[in-house]
Amino acid sequence: MATHLTPLWEVFIRSRNGLNHKHVGSLHAADGDLALQSARDVYTRREEGNSIWVVRSEQILASDPDKAAETFEPAADKVYRHPSFYDIPDDVGHM
Amino acid sequence: MTYAQPIKTAFVETLITLGDDHLILGHRLSEWCGHAPMLEEDLSLPNMALDLLGQANNLYSYAAELEGEGRSEDDIAFLRNARQYRNLLLVERPNGDFAHTVLRQLYFAAAMQPFWQATLNCSDERLNGFAGKAVKELATHIRHCGEWVIRLGDGTDESAQRMRKAVEELHIYTDELFQPNAAMRICVEAGLIADPAAQRDIWNTTIATIFKDAFLQVPEIAFPQQGGREGLHTEALGHLLSELQYMQRTYPGMTW
Repeated sequence: MATHLTPLWEVFIRSRNGLNHKHVGSLHAADGDLALQSARDVYTRREEGNSIWVVRSEQILASDPDKAAETFEPAADKVYRHPSFYDIPDDVGHM
Repeated sequence: MTYAQPIKTAFVETLITLGDDHLILGHRLSEWCGHAPMLEEDLSLPNMALDLLGQANNLYSYAAELEGEGRSEDDIAFLRNARQYRNLLLVERPNGDFAHTVLRQLYFAAAMQPFWQATLNCSDERLNGFAGKAVKELATHIRHCGEWVIRLGDGTDESAQRMRKAVEELHIYTDELFQPNAAMRICVEAGLIADPAAQRDIWNTTIATIFKDAFLQVPEIAFPQQGGREGLHTEALGHLLSELQYMQRTYPGMTW
């Protein structure tokens, strides 16, 4: 099928209530309704989830891999941003 | 549940009749596996086929149990001749092009979904269980195939022309969806299944709504085609069965 009529969509599945939607792959579809239908058939056949998002791949903007160093490395030496310098009382349990 | 005669025989025959619809249509859809126009549909069509084959398996198993004559669901599925099958003529129609396939599936699902929904209120618990599963599965078939009928009918000149041709060729088989045979009528009377004939209005509404968006006309049926419910089939069923039954006929009782 001509791909200009069936552009690429990215598929996100939430595996359980309370969890985030996670990217699982992509597919071709003529529009959003058919993309959701196909996502159900392609990516949830084995009970992988209970919610589906689809978004046109061309709508996703990505950070520039050539600028990865300036984008991400400045965070490397700022360990104080991690909330790991607190004593958590035992009663609080897992955070 | 146990049933006295003549209800028992009628119920067994009805379960096999419904099983035949699901088996034959499921087999037809499975023929698309590896041949669909795009990978996404190559998964969707066999998914729907598996829904139908699962229902056929349930219905045949229950029929075999009730009958109590030592037949298994496989014997019922694979070891009868064409005249002993009671499926609708609609479901044995060859796949044709993609337009034919999605329209055939829509026609069937739009009648069977309300049928199973109404059967949920009937008295047989086991059948209610099958109905509960079928209602959800067929709702997705209606949605999926309805969306495609709309896309093709409201698509390019060629897709619209193919969709119109599919309607012209398949619509004459739809009357039979609402024509129960004698065994089914006994079960309707006994409160075991919903009345297929009573689902016609819901079917009409579903089809009219989808056809409106698809710019398709609902044709008048001058000469409705029927006979499958009495075992009078088209040539297409024989060819289908020769493929479906080949393995069990050639190697009786084989398993793997």
